[in-house]
Amino acid sequence: MHPAPSVILFSTLSGLGFGLLFWLGLGQPAVTGGVAFALFAIAYVLAVGGLLASTFHLGHPERAMKAFTQWRTSWLSREGWAAVIALLVMAVFGAGLVFLATRWSVVGVVGALISLGTVFTTSMIYTQLKTVPRWHMPMTPVMFLSISLAGGALLAGQTRWATGLLALAGIVQVAHWMLGDRAFATSGTTMATATGLGEIGQVRAFEPPHTGSNYLLREMVYVVGRKHSTKLRVISLILMVVLPIVLLMLPFGHMIAAVAVVSHLAGVAASRWLFFAEAEHVVGLYYGKR
Amino acid sequence: MTQLPASTDCKMGLVIDLDTCVGCHACVISCKGWNTENYGAPLSDQNPYGADPSGTFLNRVHSFEVQPKDGAAQLIHFPKSCLHCEDAPCVTVCPTGASYKRVEDGIVLVNEDNCIGCGLCAWSCPYGARELDAAAGVMKKCTLCVDRIYNENLPEEDRIPSCVRTCPSGARHFGDLGDPDSAVSQLVAARGGMDLMPEMGTRPVNKYLPPRPKDQMIGEIDVLAPLLAPVAEEATGFLAWLDKTLEKI
Repeated sequence: MHPAPSVILFSTLSGLGFGLLFWLGLGQPAVTGGVAFALFAIAYVLAVGGLLASTFHLGHPERAMKAFTQWRTSWLSREGWAAVIALLVMAVFGAGLVFLATRWSVVGVVGALISLGTVFTTSMIYTQLKTVPRWHMPMTPVMFLSISLAGGALLAGQTRWATGLLALAGIVQVAHWMLGDRAFATSGTTMATATGLGEIGQVRAFEPPHTGSNYLLREMVYVVGRKHSTKLRVISLILMVVLPIVLLMLPFGHMIAAVAVVSHLAGVAASRWLFFAEAEHVVGLYYGKR
Repeated sequence: MTQLPASTDCKMGLVIDLDTCVGCHACVISCKGWNTENYGAPLSDQNPYGADPSGTFLNRVHSFEVQPKDGAAQLIHFPKSCLHCEDAPCVTVCPTGASYKRVEDGIVLVNEDNCIGCGLCAWSCPYGARELDAAAGVMKKCTLCVDRIYNENLPEEDRIPSCVRTCPSGARHFGDLGDPDSAVSQLVAARGGMDLMPEMGTRPVNKYLPPRPKDQMIGEIDVLAPLLAPVAEEATGFLAWLDKTLEKI
């Protein structure tokens, strides 16, 4: 799949933002006043910034509000609702902390759960697609949620939780890569089923329908960068998990924490780039590209 | 509304005969011609006369080579457009309700005024039937020529999809696949019509007729063949002399 920068930016930033909101909602850390304001501001910039970035890849961003109508069937619509509700509930909770120094813990817990739910709906947009076997597995939501929880804990300064959750996210990420590498082959979709000609013999793409490129090839048969995928996986894992864990072991300081967060963010961005770039859509079979 | 109808009154669709398609691409051109001038946004081209032309098409013809275990390879031309699936994943993923399946005839359409161009429906389609138009920013797909098939301004013989009307080899058929007595349903039954990627669970309405088995050359060609003696292998007369002389040189 084509790794659109806007979508990578969206899932990276909003995943981290909603992860931070989850921890803030649980009162970890238990902050009020100015500190609370600063943390909530960071969370909202990340979450809302990510959501805005996601509208950049739309053909008609001015119609984006219509995406709230089809929550009954569409995970993309559900994601919109979950994000808005999470942001509203957490705004009430945050206002209490910042302006009244009061913690409405029930509101916070509900907001935390909906924040996590938003990340789940994001992951389901990809998981639901049977056409991309690498995404169509339960490990995809697990991966999105574990990375969001770990990043949120890191950003919330929950050192003890962050170390364990980062390690877990690393393990889940590696598992997602390993399962993903086998997913297409085990999905049962081949050129034989795509063309229905397998009964006659071995099917080979002889001629594409056109000499040039097209939307399908650009969007879903993206092959650039696959040769570096192993290197990128290692880089992503080091930046996302290993370096932050090492930095967390050092004596705590704001500079070190900032470096850990930036490193983690870069690692997640690399992981998300691979998430798209490595994903093989079954339509590639018709073009002999699988 | 992106909830799929529980059932449709009829299932209008195409039957494509892979045995008779000659791969001329006439259906591709007629489709582009009709649909760029009629329903919805035109099918734009980018850089059409340049080095890297590209454009939106609702129907494309692939060509596959199939190598049987024994015998010669077969070349099969393979037109592909929207299959108007009964369980159309492109409809349910749509966040705005722009994608829908009609209750009255099962045609899957896009209301372009509601389309935000997110591209998720194209991702969810295993067949590559949907293309986002680069100029209009909305999703384009086969409409089964919904603006022809009920159009009383057209002569009756033209009230079929443009691709079907154009096909010079009779490889494309149009009709109600929900009615077991319709001509297309009978054709599907007689020829073993098949679904593409049945494992995807999309339940396509359009069916493909597999190529008929090729004739096999088995044993002698004809009972009279032995009587047709082969040409003499040893030359005689003038040719024998010429052969010998040339050998000596």
